[in-house]
Amino acid sequence: MMRSPGLVLAIVGCLAFTAGLAAAVGHIAGTPAPVSLPDVVVDHLAASGVEHPVTAVLLNFRSYDTLLEIGVLVIAGIAGISMARTTSLEDPELRTTDSLLYALQRWFVPLMLMLAGYLLWAGSDRPGGAFQAGAVLAASGVMMRLGGIPMEFLRPGLLLRIGLALGFAVFLLVALASAFGGEAFLAYPKAFTKPLIMTIETLLTFSIAMVLLALFVSAPVNQAQEPEEGEQK
Amino acid sequence: MTSSLLYAFAGVALCGIGLFGFIRLRHLLRKLMAFNLMGSGVFLVMVGLAQRQGEPDPVPQALVLTGIVVAIAATALAVVLIRRYYHLSGQTTLDESPKEPSQ
Amino acid sequence: MTLWLMAGLLFTPLAWAVLTLLMDFRKGRVVTWLGMLVQLLVSLGLWAVVAGDGGFHYALGGWQAPLGIELRVDGLAVTFVLLTALVAAACGWHASIYLDPAKSWHRYFWPLYWFLWAGLNAVWLGGDLFNLYVGLELISLSAVGLVALGGQAAALRAAIRYLLAALLGSLAYLLGVALIYGQSGSLSLAGIARLTEQSGGDPGLAFALMLMMFGLALKTALFPLHRWLPPAHGIAKSPVSALLSALVVKASFYIAARLWLELGDELGSYALAQGMGLLGGTAVIWGSWRAFLQPKLKQVVAYSSVAQIGYLFLLFPLTWGASEAVSMQAQQGITLQVISHALAKAAMFLAAGNLIMSVGSNRVEALAGVSRFLPFSLFSFGLAGVSLMGLPPSGGFAAKWLLLQASLGSGQWWWLVVLLLGGLLSAGYVFRIYRASFVEDSDIDHFYHPPRSLEVIPMILALLSLGLGLAAESVLSIMALPFEEGGGV
Repeated sequence: MMRSPGLVLAIVGCLAFTAGLAAAVGHIAGTPAPVSLPDVVVDHLAASGVEHPVTAVLLNFRSYDTLLEIGVLVIAGIAGISMARTTSLEDPELRTTDSLLYALQRWFVPLMLMLAGYLLWAGSDRPGGAFQAGAVLAASGVMMRLGGIPMEFLRPGLLLRIGLALGFAVFLLVALASAFGGEAFLAYPKAFTKPLIMTIETLLTFSIAMVLLALFVSAPVNQAQEPEEGEQK
Repeated sequence: MTSSLLYAFAGVALCGIGLFGFIRLRHLLRKLMAFNLMGSGVFLVMVGLAQRQGEPDPVPQALVLTGIVVAIAATALAVVLIRRYYHLSGQTTLDESPKEPSQ
Repeated sequence: MTLWLMAGLLFTPLAWAVLTLLMDFRKGRVVTWLGMLVQLLVSLGLWAVVAGDGGFHYALGGWQAPLGIELRVDGLAVTFVLLTALVAAACGWHASIYLDPAKSWHRYFWPLYWFLWAGLNAVWLGGDLFNLYVGLELISLSAVGLVALGGQAAALRAAIRYLLAALLGSLAYLLGVALIYGQSGSLSLAGIARLTEQSGGDPGLAFALMLMMFGLALKTALFPLHRWLPPAHGIAKSPVSALLSALVVKASFYIAARLWLELGDELGSYALAQGMGLLGGTAVIWGSWRAFLQPKLKQVVAYSSVAQIGYLFLLFPLTWGASEAVSMQAQQGITLQVISHALAKAAMFLAAGNLIMSVGSNRVEALAGVSRFLPFSLFSFGLAGVSLMGLPPSGGFAAKWLLLQASLGSGQWWWLVVLLLGGLLSAGYVFRIYRASFVEDSDIDHFYHPPRSLEVIPMILALLSLGLGLAAESVLSIMALPFEEGGGV
């Protein structure tokens, strides 16, 4: 079989890249790291307000990364709903239903909501947290959509946009509030660290689920007869 | 070799496979899946390499969580764009169609 | 005071993004005008503080690096913050008049615009490798969203191509960060620089640096990885194209430059440096040639961006292994080139938008006769072209002069060819536009006249780019300011 030069080039290139990367990884693995961040994290864990080191890193030590990353998620949501010129999947004539799934929702949805709530609460001292809970919540929303349960709040409108932005907005306000106390941006006030982190996580869960659901719903599967404005007012 | 280092090398292999798929596959959804494969590879390298001594390190795990969320956002945006592109042009690849409506 | 300025700088774009998300286009633009004013004042204030007291490290959340994230607020960073404030304010003002309020999806322009601004500031001030990655993603996704706004098939194709290229670039960068963290145990650039100075070169880290350079070069559209840029910058609305060409492609270059200046001496190599310079030189020649051949006006300007980006990559050969004085000359030349190109290219795209709106077509031939009806916009286009060509007293000339001196000073005379040829070739495509617009035998005599303010904005930007050469001393003096050491302990 004749192989095109492009294919051969791609194979050779990827093999070379993989070999080089493996050599680099092998070489780095042979030398110990001079700075040991896990020890530093453990030292400061008590001051961070939560018991689990990953949550502490995410929501306290490196909270700026988390703030920007939620911003990235909101951007994806905005870009998604900005393209909803044709009718959204939430419009009555476009909803899909599956009767078996619809019947099973009675069992699945409460369980999944409870799981999401547990994941959120467990994040403070064991693996869990806002992202995991938000993902489970979004998945249960997708199942509800596929099962035909109406969700009016997903139609393009002010409520959807408030839902997208709420978690991010509260996080941002908390970040600014600390600046009033004379400290750096995003430093939590010492007395309120734990409750603030819990509030931020809860609202983030909700917003993450909204963004993922909005992205699932906003790209329709068939063409509209005329472009819809997407305005509900 | 600890098990963490095994994960790192598995990540290296995933990176290579994902890169090959990303370059060679024409269908947009498959390109996207190849990109996700590469992303998983990079995350494995990040966590596996940092934890090669055997003790868990919370910083790269937090970084990978952030990375996963960013990858989800990017993938979701790409899927929305690809679906819309498909329904406006009927194409699943980025090749130019013969009759392009001029802008 | 500094604390308030930093908090304001970080908070304002993100807060305004949330605010404008809840409003329609008209209310959103009024709110945006207010926000632009606030950001301009805060950026100016921060610039004044650094110019007076020198640079500093800013620990976010009160946690010192390497546990927390630190920002590096030095002369170069605040210069770019101020440049972003100027160019983004100009493009936002232009967009508020240019975009049609009747189309409901234009309301989403403002939140994407503000997120883009926030991402740009995060990159300029960044001192933490992973934070820079998140900043790059913030920029890429909002840029893709802006390109795809409106959603026709051609725009979607350009947006998808842009997104895939941007994602590959970010992933390559992240892989490099993973390797560096594995080796050094820290994510703070200052800390890693100190470690590599002590321990010298290392093959694993050298590979990581190569990966990061590849990813960032892909995001900066260095030849031959530039294929995604002309469709994206050509098809987007003019204010979006201006933002993309002026600021977005510079963000990934800025990170590459920072990495090279901190780590390149130990981890880079002569081959890598010369290779990147060579690709840059090829980009200048190839991009200018392609710009000359394009039938559509905005594609000419987009390929011109590909060409001008090539100059930036001369930083790498001119600072590797070079003496302190030559390296500083090269850095100053590149800084001036970035600033003048940002101003000139934004002016060019905004003026091009006016011209297209006036003649109702985006082809170069259709510009016939516009010289009589829209001389102001055409003049702004030409003045911006003067800076691209590198004629005195523009910023482009000052930049090329410094780069010439650096080339001779480091004995790398071959870059002279690129610098001199590039100016001639850019004259080629700028004069082509002028020739087309002065053609008198067109039978079209109905031109739409855009609002006055739309014409003033590119003129202001073009004049700034032109006068940059005169003010170069004061702009560059901030780069030599004292900077507190000790970041990334």
